[in-house]
Amino acid sequence: MSDLKKIKEEFLLKLKKKLNLSEINQIKSDLFGKNGQVSSQFKKIGTLAESERKKFASDLNIIKDELQSLINSKMDEIQSAEINEKLEKEKIDITLPERPFVKGKIHPVSQTIDEISSIFSEIGFSVEEGPDVENEYNNFTALNTPDNHPARDMHDTFYLDEKKEKLLRTHTSPVQIRTMLKSKPPFKIIAPGRTYRSDSDQTHSPMFHQVEGLYIDKDINMGHLKGCLNYFIKEFFEVDKIKMRFRPSHFPFTEPSAEVDIGYKIKDGRIIIGEGDKWLEILGCGMVHPNVLKNVKVNPSKFQGYAFGIGIDRLAMLKYGINDLRSFFDCDYRWLNHYGFDPLDVPTNYRGLSR
Amino acid sequence: MKITFDWLRDHLKTNLKEKNLLNQLTNIGLEVESVENLSAENELFKVAKITKTEKHPNADRLKVCDVDIGNKNIKKVVCGASNAKEGLITVYAPPGAIIPKTKTKLVEAKIRGITSYGMLCSESELNLSDESDGITELSKSKYERNIGKNFFSKSKTNIIDLSITPNRPDCLGIRGIARDLAASGFGKLKDIKKEKIKSTIKQTLKVKINKENNQGCSIFGSCLITNVKNTESPQWLKNKLVSVGQKPISAIVDITNYVMLDINRPLHAYDADKIEKSIIVRNSKSGEEFTALDNKKYKLENGMCVISDNKGVLGLGGIIGGTRSGTEFHTKNILLESAYFDPRSIRKTAKKLNLDTDAKFRFERGIDPFSIEDGLNKAASLIKEICGGEISKIDVQKFENFKTKVIKFDPNLFEKISGFKISNKEMFKVLEDLGFKLKKEKKYLKLTIPSWRPDISQEVDIVEELVRIIGYDKISTIGPIKERTKSTLTQTQKLFHFLQRSIASKGYLETITWSFTDANYNNYFKDRFKEIKIINPISSELGVLRNSIYSNLIMFMSKNLDRGFKDLSIFEIGPVFTGSNPGEQNTIICGLSAGKKSRLSWIEKERNFDVFDAKKDVVQTLVEAGYNSDKFFIDNETPNYYHPGKSGRLFLNERKDQVAAYFGEIHPNILKKIDVKTDSLVGFEIFLDNLKLPKKSLNDQKTKFVISDYQKSERDFAFVVNKNVNAQDLINTISNIDQNLISNIKVFDVYEGDNIPEHQKSIAINVTIQSFDKTLNDNDLEKINNLIIKTVEDKTGAKIRS
Repeated sequence: MSDLKKIKEEFLLKLKKKLNLSEINQIKSDLFGKNGQVSSQFKKIGTLAESERKKFASDLNIIKDELQSLINSKMDEIQSAEINEKLEKEKIDITLPERPFVKGKIHPVSQTIDEISSIFSEIGFSVEEGPDVENEYNNFTALNTPDNHPARDMHDTFYLDEKKEKLLRTHTSPVQIRTMLKSKPPFKIIAPGRTYRSDSDQTHSPMFHQVEGLYIDKDINMGHLKGCLNYFIKEFFEVDKIKMRFRPSHFPFTEPSAEVDIGYKIKDGRIIIGEGDKWLEILGCGMVHPNVLKNVKVNPSKFQGYAFGIGIDRLAMLKYGINDLRSFFDCDYRWLNHYGFDPLDVPTNYRGLSR
Repeated sequence: MKITFDWLRDHLKTNLKEKNLLNQLTNIGLEVESVENLSAENELFKVAKITKTEKHPNADRLKVCDVDIGNKNIKKVVCGASNAKEGLITVYAPPGAIIPKTKTKLVEAKIRGITSYGMLCSESELNLSDESDGITELSKSKYERNIGKNFFSKSKTNIIDLSITPNRPDCLGIRGIARDLAASGFGKLKDIKKEKIKSTIKQTLKVKINKENNQGCSIFGSCLITNVKNTESPQWLKNKLVSVGQKPISAIVDITNYVMLDINRPLHAYDADKIEKSIIVRNSKSGEEFTALDNKKYKLENGMCVISDNKGVLGLGGIIGGTRSGTEFHTKNILLESAYFDPRSIRKTAKKLNLDTDAKFRFERGIDPFSIEDGLNKAASLIKEICGGEISKIDVQKFENFKTKVIKFDPNLFEKISGFKISNKEMFKVLEDLGFKLKKEKKYLKLTIPSWRPDISQEVDIVEELVRIIGYDKISTIGPIKERTKSTLTQTQKLFHFLQRSIASKGYLETITWSFTDANYNNYFKDRFKEIKIINPISSELGVLRNSIYSNLIMFMSKNLDRGFKDLSIFEIGPVFTGSNPGEQNTIICGLSAGKKSRLSWIEKERNFDVFDAKKDVVQTLVEAGYNSDKFFIDNETPNYYHPGKSGRLFLNERKDQVAAYFGEIHPNILKKIDVKTDSLVGFEIFLDNLKLPKKSLNDQKTKFVISDYQKSERDFAFVVNKNVNAQDLINTISNIDQNLISNIKVFDVYEGDNIPEHQKSIAINVTIQSFDKTLNDNDLEKINNLIIKTVEDKTGAKIRS
């Protein structure tokens, strides 16, 4: 048997055994190392006779390739076995809890304000603001509620001075005054914000939220008011149809004035809006009183329009099934977590107000 | 205003049912608040007699009474009233009865160990009067034979409680309500036969209205009725008053009440014999006193409208009479007053004295000045009918003449405001039914306003009357146009919403707390601001406007910690107040974290919240909002409620014009004083109003995309510096060397201790160097390297650590 064949037989046999990586490396070096058996054979080529040389070289290369590829595949096999073994050892209990995370929430009143703004944005209202501390003039007198008017009794007011000139605004209506004083008609605004009345029991909180609406132009009438509120209520409660009732009422700053009720029923302890034969008062509105327009230097024979005021907290309670107004401001972690909204849930027109 | 359908029928002819009535009342703006049926609930209340009382064995103030509830049926009732005594006839409510005042249902209950089978009721509990001292005492002569019988007479009619808006004084009388209903088509208003006193006797008691500034009384009408016999009212009158929840007192008082409720004409009856010589209507003098019919003594200020005689004050005109001249059962001669008082004067006086009466409620809303004689005629005739006597002529003193108001009304205004059309015929009919007198004048209507409608003064008021009576349901619904010409939110409002959600997304729960707070808490956080007191707070714990959001947040954080939650982050975005004038307020986002950032778990180590958590939330939020953190400038000058060593102040740039935020640990002393139980308490305040809006809008920032693809190199430096040198100084120094080359700077270690001299520290910094023009070679890098070392050493006194 030629040397070459012997080498091949010997190493094929060796490589058949179960080997580890270092044993294979040993074999590799035995064959192809500096003094390896295959390497030594290559050195021999030069000493061979011309006639033998070609065949010998060819045979040697074939054997070399064969062994080489065998070693390579053997090595791959072992490496992947080793990796698999390692991975097997690294296996963990994947049901262990993830790293802890915390979730922030947006308060339902803030969410509701964003929903309201989004709805009114669609029909061209922009958002205005006013200060929480107001003077008596903006809060009452300019709104056609002079001193010693019994309508002032409807608002239990917090005062900041003995002369009763500075107060915490009892409604968002002074924003109407501020808005109209600083610019020229038409006006089309909503003004959400904090409001205050010194009233505190189960259904009253000394602080609550209102959104004011004002639309003054040349020919805005009660039909527009009805249409706007109808649209708003439908959009807000995300229902196809609603039952709405306009009922005469009285506010000094609007004439005619109305209170708006929506129809509802109670089903399985939940309020269903838009059905049933019970009525729930949700807002006050009316045509802005000419005296108010005069007070802000708008000519009432040229301009007219409507205003409304809606209790935001009340809307949130109805929409989200919250029973107790006081709980809005109690900051109970459990309540905030339960009723709060994910900060990524931004109400928008295109994808709807709520998920 | 409480009414019954029966009483309405005195003025209204109708075949319609009560259910229709309730709807119609609400439809025309007389909102039905509640409908109550007394008789169904009240059949359980019995006339009963106490047959025996014993002291309660376990309570000094209580008695155990044997109560005869008829047919010798004796019940044991525990009672605390001092007037409960043997022989007293009173009102008994058995278990199951609902107490009218409190609406609570009685149950058989053990009171201090003794079972009480029901209850003996006070007048107040039965809604008969405000008398809550002791149980009801019924007259023996009248009720002895009624023991065991129902106390309340059976009534089938409901009490309808209406919420009358302050502009409608006329509807504080049944007739006014009937008139509105009739105008709206709900029946026909009955004519009432006007009684007219035919008398030849002179009114001999002199009445004078003093001519004074701010005289609150403009008309004083009166008549004398002599030789009356005051008695209990006849049953029809009693029933009438009881049917609307009023308590009958005596015929004379009941008649004045009846006339007030029926036609909204308040009257007052004086015992004429108790009046000293004459009646003088005048302004009070400071310090004058009188005892009113509510048995309270009132001390008057200057300028209140009083009815007086030569001896002194008899009563407050239009508000309340005095005991000195009150009528009693033995009263023989009566002076009946029917007057007009100025609403503003009434309101001012009543407010100052904190008085509220039926008369005041009506006068401050405006009584029909032309109803003076009608009221006197009606009441005097009834008194004569029931109590006998002789009526004098009516005497009317006037300080001022009332003129009827006339308005020129353009009928077109109706459609302009309401958005729908009605016929002239319909319009005229409604107005006439409401009592307006019409005269056509070309295209206008000249309208004479009824004297009972002080609320109507201009054209738009007429429009309201018409829409109200014709029906708000006739208003069409004009859908809005979906069009936007102006952006919904301003830049500042957008920033508000962005920051709000940005903070929430970092694990904070948004809270909303009241804008007022406890002065004690506020004191810790008010910094340089003045305390702003509320003059009339709902409680002393909510007595000041907040100067900082922290006071409320910490209070509620503490409550949550007490509930057993250990690690919590909350925030609020809202106003804090810097002064008591409108606009002296700032919008602030205040966040607060308590406890541990991470609590021991199978995977995490435990770590308290610290100042760098707060700093991260502040910086990250501002960066998200579009501010460049490379420009931020931070120092440690913070208000005294922060830990002086572990808190910081952030400016958007080195110019330090306005503070953008504070952050840090809350001062440990405050924690101790407020007694917050937590491992750590850190917070921040971002001042929304101090954030200059980013100059570039998001769109502008996105227009140009510049990056470098050349290789970048990182170099580490360790500098030894004095302890008082801030990391920020080193970073700024390095970044200013060459902003084109130095693209990132990172502090990766801070070390004090062995091998570092005392009062010094080592700061290790990693600098990334990258050019926009080329790949830097060793030479370039060496140059910048040396420049960094030299500049830092020169500018900060640092030494490079070798």
